[in-house]
Amino acid sequence: MTVETQTQGRSETAAPVAPAIELIGVSKSFGPVQANKDIDMNVAKGAIHGIVGENGAGKSTLMSILYGFYKADAGEIKINGVTTEITDSHAAIAAGIGMVHQHFMLVEPFTVLENVIMGAEDGPLLRPSLNKARKVLMELAAEYELDVDPDAIVGDLSVGFQQRVEILKALYREADILILDEPTGVLTPAEADHLFRILENLKSQGKTIVLITHKLREIMAVTDTVSVMRRGKMTATVKTSETSASELADLMVGRHVLLEVDKSDAEPGETILEVKNLCVTDFQGVKKLKDVSLQLKAGEILGVAGVAGNGQSDLLNILGGIEAADSGEVIMKVDSIDLSKKASAAMRRERGIGHVPEDRHALGLVMAFQTWENAVFGYHNNPEFSGKFGLADQKVMMEDTKRKIEKYDIRPTNPHLLAQNYSGGNQQKIVIAREIENNPDVLLVGQPTRGVDIGAIEFIHKQIVALRDEGKAVLLVSVELEEILALSDRIVVMFDGVIQGERMPKETNEQELGMLMAGVDPEASA
Amino acid sequence: MNKGLPKWADIILIPFLSLMLAFLVSGLVVMFIGKDPIEAVKVMVSGALGKYGIGYTLYYTTSFIFTGLSVAIAFHARMFNIGGEGQAGIGGVGVAAVLLSVAWPHWTIAIIAASLGAMAFGAAWAAIPAYLQAKRGSHIVITTIMFNWIGSALIVYLLVGPMQAPGMVPETLGFSAGSSIPTLHDIIPAFDKHAPANVSLFLALFAAFGVWVLIWKTRLGYEIRAFGHSEKAAIYAGIKPVKIIMVAMLVSGALAGMMAVNTVQGEAERLILDTVQGAGFVGIAVALMGRSHPVGVVLAAFLFGILYQGGGELSFAMGIPREMIVVIQALVIMFVGSLENMVRIPVERMFVRFNKGAA
Amino acid sequence: MDFDTILQLLDSAVRLSTPLLLACLAGLYSERSGIFDIGLEGKMLAGAFAAGAMSAYAGMPVAEGGLGMTWGMAWMGAAAAIAVSIVLALIHGFASITLRGNQLISGVAVNFFAAGSTVLIGQYWFHSGGQTPALSGNQRFEAITLPFAEALDSVPVLGPIYHDLISGHNILVYMAIGAVPLTWWLLFRTRFGLRLRAVGENPGAVDTAGISVVRQRYSAVLIAGLLCGLAGAYLSLGTSAAGFVKDMSAGKGFIALAALIFAKWQPKSALFACLLFGFLEAVGNRYQSIDLGAFVVPVQFMQALPYILTVVILAGFIGKAIPPAAGGEPYVKER
Repeated sequence: MTVETQTQGRSETAAPVAPAIELIGVSKSFGPVQANKDIDMNVAKGAIHGIVGENGAGKSTLMSILYGFYKADAGEIKINGVTTEITDSHAAIAAGIGMVHQHFMLVEPFTVLENVIMGAEDGPLLRPSLNKARKVLMELAAEYELDVDPDAIVGDLSVGFQQRVEILKALYREADILILDEPTGVLTPAEADHLFRILENLKSQGKTIVLITHKLREIMAVTDTVSVMRRGKMTATVKTSETSASELADLMVGRHVLLEVDKSDAEPGETILEVKNLCVTDFQGVKKLKDVSLQLKAGEILGVAGVAGNGQSDLLNILGGIEAADSGEVIMKVDSIDLSKKASAAMRRERGIGHVPEDRHALGLVMAFQTWENAVFGYHNNPEFSGKFGLADQKVMMEDTKRKIEKYDIRPTNPHLLAQNYSGGNQQKIVIAREIENNPDVLLVGQPTRGVDIGAIEFIHKQIVALRDEGKAVLLVSVELEEILALSDRIVVMFDGVIQGERMPKETNEQELGMLMAGVDPEASA
Repeated sequence: MNKGLPKWADIILIPFLSLMLAFLVSGLVVMFIGKDPIEAVKVMVSGALGKYGIGYTLYYTTSFIFTGLSVAIAFHARMFNIGGEGQAGIGGVGVAAVLLSVAWPHWTIAIIAASLGAMAFGAAWAAIPAYLQAKRGSHIVITTIMFNWIGSALIVYLLVGPMQAPGMVPETLGFSAGSSIPTLHDIIPAFDKHAPANVSLFLALFAAFGVWVLIWKTRLGYEIRAFGHSEKAAIYAGIKPVKIIMVAMLVSGALAGMMAVNTVQGEAERLILDTVQGAGFVGIAVALMGRSHPVGVVLAAFLFGILYQGGGELSFAMGIPREMIVVIQALVIMFVGSLENMVRIPVERMFVRFNKGAA
Repeated sequence: MDFDTILQLLDSAVRLSTPLLLACLAGLYSERSGIFDIGLEGKMLAGAFAAGAMSAYAGMPVAEGGLGMTWGMAWMGAAAAIAVSIVLALIHGFASITLRGNQLISGVAVNFFAAGSTVLIGQYWFHSGGQTPALSGNQRFEAITLPFAEALDSVPVLGPIYHDLISGHNILVYMAIGAVPLTWWLLFRTRFGLRLRAVGENPGAVDTAGISVVRQRYSAVLIAGLLCGLAGAYLSLGTSAAGFVKDMSAGKGFIALAALIFAKWQPKSALFACLLFGFLEAVGNRYQSIDLGAFVVPVQFMQALPYILTVVILAGFIGKAIPPAAGGEPYVKER
């Protein structure tokens, strides 16, 4: 923890004010993955600066470097013109940086005051610190519309209030620079509006704010300048007043060479899966799905676009039998399926619903299992795999696995290799092979090509299309717009737990979808 | 996580190095109390593996196989069953209840009946902690510890109360002659006549085989392993957590209970106080060392059998108290269990460097 | 049951609950910081041995190879107990905090290590089956008669209570009881306590507030070592055992653990839980069974009651015991 200070000329009144944050050539990689490549960024003092980008573009990593959670591999950070080495959170706080994490860093059984003073106590006894904090909190509340009951237990507060506690924590430490990571992800629209008012107030008091988000509407509404990140690089920095949501959407997703997927037009048959008014609330009490209804027809790929965390995962998990729904109905063919806690994924598979989960590491595969074990995972009780006396017919499993390895070109071809020793693409092929080969009527597919190499992407896409051509229904959830556009026969966009809109892929484009994903209705803003 | 670390390093090299460290420190302890560690090893090995000692070594081994398997199967479901001590003790009550209820005509029937009693009672003693873990999230480690103490109080109560034989001694009546199972000496006269090792050794080996089949060959075992590796993935695959927790713990309790066939039916031939004598806890060391694999468990149980019998010889021949075994056991649990990363991290680094050099 | 009997029972409840209370508070510090400690038993036992051995050595005449001290031997013993217990606590800390190993397995190992090594070394030093020599006089912590105890004894009711129940214990008893408000004050009124509680609930929050998680956890583990050492010293120097006897902790560390859960990790409740469990033990020591008219409660039931009550509490049927949220989990900075 060192805060190096270089000699700095006494700034005269006429001298230009140094930027609050200046990043020069910051790079960071995790193993083979380069999360940040040679990032340059300037944030002027007293500005609200937005950073936008898709999931995995490197925004959070960059901010974690700024807050001392990671050490950059290369590059320089200047705070108010002074080169500063931020080795840990303590150093970041000392440099006047405060951060509101996406997942709040609060001690839930503590009161608001206790959370605020922790780490910034004035002495070994709490009382003076608590008294002082109470006073400061009152002032801050008056100044910035940040009222919170100082004696409330944080765990009892709503997420909106918890977020205020996080902001208060930073302000109590006299932060001049406040970084907010996806601050509105968990807020209701009203709470979000209130947050923006707070940010405006902070700005008017000379604080510098960095707002990380993927919601373009917010960027347009509150920021002065905005940087766009794509695939670990900073692709542009522009004044908000001189850009538009559609231009930013363009910069954000980039001008990809469209992945050509060789597919004929869909010939949708009858509705096979009908979702009616599905609602679900997570354990924090946040509504993740609000009256979602959709229909899935045989022989079509329905793409669900949206930024991660807008309810798509919950939709997949409910349909896949992992999560229970609060209310609503799902009808498969003619019968409704059990959405209660009693249901299990095994029951879904019996009904003919296959599921390629979004997170193959946590759900789709057991990393410490061998290929033949993973290749039957979830189907291990199928009659063909069942021997006498509860035994598993490993011979059949092994033959089945070998067939899948060959048909799906899984490499290495060793059926005894542990899942953790495969590349991402081959891991995903194991999951895809398993789910498709079981011949489902409906296949749920989440992020099929996340962390997958180009060659495997093409292969996986072909398999999905082939399944559709057999007359099966596919529900595809992806945060990759490119993928949604290339594969889908019909597209719905989810935002904040509702279906924001439905488009046909031939009649839309990435910009329009990007705006829908950001919660902006393109027709209204055009 | 352990990418770059070959399987053999994970299952053989790291436990081996950890075990060597544990023995090294044990040697230092022996030196500290002014004895010669090399001499101690000689005494232990010759004492444990000699004609007289082997019959005792295998007797201990039998118990440790059962308790080791008990801990191991729970480990596969990522449950830490620290309650083997209580489950084995209550298993003994089951054995006594069965064997005292009827005058069994022949030991072959008696041993089957006693095994069923042992398993039923052992499983029952694991059932409540298992249920509370599965349904109410009560930490199984704490509840099984509590059940060890409740179990020992219950056994004392039974032996000074309802099950006590006439007289003042806290023990039951002796079992009838028909339930006396053959010792190894009865089968192979080469074994010492007084050695307590008995046919339940074969039951233990059979149980090891059975656990191997269950864990690696059945669909249930497959589900247990999947659940143990990742609860989330198991739920994705339609595996019910409550079922797995209950099944794994019941089997675990039944295996611990089986130990009583060796000690209560095979040796004491009546229920006495403290038949388990820490074997439930030795099971933890055995399972850790055996990497929860039945073959590893059998080998580790034999090693601990040697330690226990050889440890007895130590006090006889060198005046080193029997408690030396407990120290060695503690060091094995420490180095193979909680301090494992001390060995693992350098070994992993070494392999990473080696792999880089090769690439 | 007459008044004298009740007083005697309560008096022995206080004596029996003292080691429970010290160990329970030890567990409280450790678990509040997120480190499970099932090694209370072992630390207490090792402490008891160190205290007995050191006190005997200190009081042994120089001619026999001892230190020949005539006063302060008990304190020497207590210091040794604390030192040994802290060494075990540091091993547990190293395994759990630095190496991020399994805290439960580490605790089991500590218990066995103490159980074996105390007898081993005791036999080597004193050649009497692991026992330390019998201690007498101020090699032990002697009873303290509080002011006016004798004078007030004749006052009805209150006099005997003061004389028999409140006065006449050794210093460790008063220290244990004093440790309860001290612990409360430390946990809830100081910066140290705030951070300690926070690190057991959400180490990430502590880390991002610029505080070292490792240092907080080590300091909690050290305090646990200190208190377990005192608990051990009480066993060998403060009870009628007057020296160390093999396995003398006899499961008290686990009763302390049960009391900790029963008290829901609260210092004040810990005092009552330990007094209750001590009382149960006192009743069990005095009566072989209790005739309630309709049925007879066997003494073993009394002995098992602390554990049964703890299971009931754990099951959440009577007010759920919610442990510190980050308990048992090594802290790894998340990506």
